[in-house]
Amino acid sequence: MKRKLPALTAESSPFWQGGASGQLLIHFCEDCDRFFHPPGPICPRCTGDRIAPRPVSGKGKVATFTINHQRWQPDLEVPFVVAMVELDEQAGLRFVTNIINCAPSAVYVGMRVKVSFLQQEDVWLPLFEEDL
Amino acid sequence: MSFDRLREKEVAITGIGQSEVGRPSSKSAMQLTVDACREAIADAGLHRDDIDGIVSWPGDNNNGDAFSPVGPNALIGTMGLKVNWFGGGYEGPGPIAGIINGAAAIAAGLCNHVLVFRTITESSRRLVDKTASALTNKTVGRDTSFFWQWYTPFNVLSGINLMAMYAQRHFYEFGTTEEQLAQIALTCRANAALNEKAVFRKPLSMDDYMAARYISTPLRLLDCDVHCDASTAIILSRRDAAKDCKNTPIRIEAVGSALHQPWSWDQIDLTGMAAQDAAAMMWARTDYQPADVGSAQLYDGFSILTLLWLEALGLCPKGEGGRFIEGGQRIALNGELPINTNGGQLSGGRTHGLGYVHEACSQLWQRAGARQTRAHDVAVVAAGGGPLAGSVLLVKE
Repeated sequence: MKRKLPALTAESSPFWQGGASGQLLIHFCEDCDRFFHPPGPICPRCTGDRIAPRPVSGKGKVATFTINHQRWQPDLEVPFVVAMVELDEQAGLRFVTNIINCAPSAVYVGMRVKVSFLQQEDVWLPLFEEDL
Repeated sequence: MSFDRLREKEVAITGIGQSEVGRPSSKSAMQLTVDACREAIADAGLHRDDIDGIVSWPGDNNNGDAFSPVGPNALIGTMGLKVNWFGGGYEGPGPIAGIINGAAAIAAGLCNHVLVFRTITESSRRLVDKTASALTNKTVGRDTSFFWQWYTPFNVLSGINLMAMYAQRHFYEFGTTEEQLAQIALTCRANAALNEKAVFRKPLSMDDYMAARYISTPLRLLDCDVHCDASTAIILSRRDAAKDCKNTPIRIEAVGSALHQPWSWDQIDLTGMAAQDAAAMMWARTDYQPADVGSAQLYDGFSILTLLWLEALGLCPKGEGGRFIEGGQRIALNGELPINTNGGQLSGGRTHGLGYVHEACSQLWQRAGARQTRAHDVAVVAAGGGPLAGSVLLVKE
């Protein structure tokens, strides 16, 4: 199935297009010395302006996941894994993604994963695979 | 948190009404709405012209979608209402936001009798288009939704994927099992068997549950609520005006509407959700304690949410939800804490929010017939999942 792609904005495009240069970019606040996600024009913690996207390692662990079995659209290939991956850089720094290149039944909470970009049009989706 | 004045206590529920619960209904969305609203107004002992406020969640959002086909704007004209205050809209503390907003409007002195209603026709819609509710269809072209855009590119086409991840995390952190979670669905079905308006009434066994197919692990088909066509209406009245009404007033003892986290399905506490914020606020506004609650109507759009609300509201300790509901005795009609006594949305029908308020009042007024619990004066209603959360503590005077 062709994936639904996000509308790109000044704030969101680093996250969605960092993969073009092989980098996962997450917004970072210089004053708080902390990452935050999703990206925005200010830091949601201190409301300051000294923020910018910053490359991260692209490594982390599965915080939780689900195996989707339902074919919500006729051309959706199932089963597949939806997960929340927590990045190594900061506790709680996480987002929704897919775990690929392994059997869905092999995925578990705590599984070590690394980013693997999937390009669709002008978007590089940060998917993850097992980090062996 | 401190509050100088807890003004929701100046508001009471005085009447309730509900249309038929169809799967599908042959009636129009507006007819269902009128059926519910007329019944509620009459139940309160009021007349159409007494209603001076009207509110719904989420309202019709200018698109007449089956998720909420009738909003206050349309109903004002249909029923010939003359209101001093009205409102709708999705952004608020979840499916019972209409109760919370209506109570706030009365407490602020803007109106005396508020008609709160909620209409839904998802059963009819699904007969026409089974994929109509896919999240990818909420926007045309690129996803511009400030929150869905973070999920739909990963083929999250239904909210169940997000709720399933809350469940998986709860299983991981606290050792909750599928057999424990099953008790939400089994309890709702047992209660629905005693409710002639419920959609699914056939007995359900643990074997039936475990044999049901997975939709999104660990959640199965029987962990998902059932679409219906229905409308529910609740009348809120200023307490001094409520004295003239027919029923014993049910006081809005405390409201929980707090959100102290991002409005997001993946950036919030995965096992506490916004529910923990709303619940903490609610208990901070009353001297009652969780142990005083005689019945609980807790959102079961997906079964895991009921379990998370049990914990968020302190009806059982955090992390103990699975063990609390194990075996089902505690939460049964004759148990220490009956929940979702009309079958909830899992078996009763996805009336989406106000159905829980309607049932809580039916129980407090002892009108619940075959499914009546032992008499009690304090009930809690809580609705929503993820960043959506609202709760009210109801006390019969």
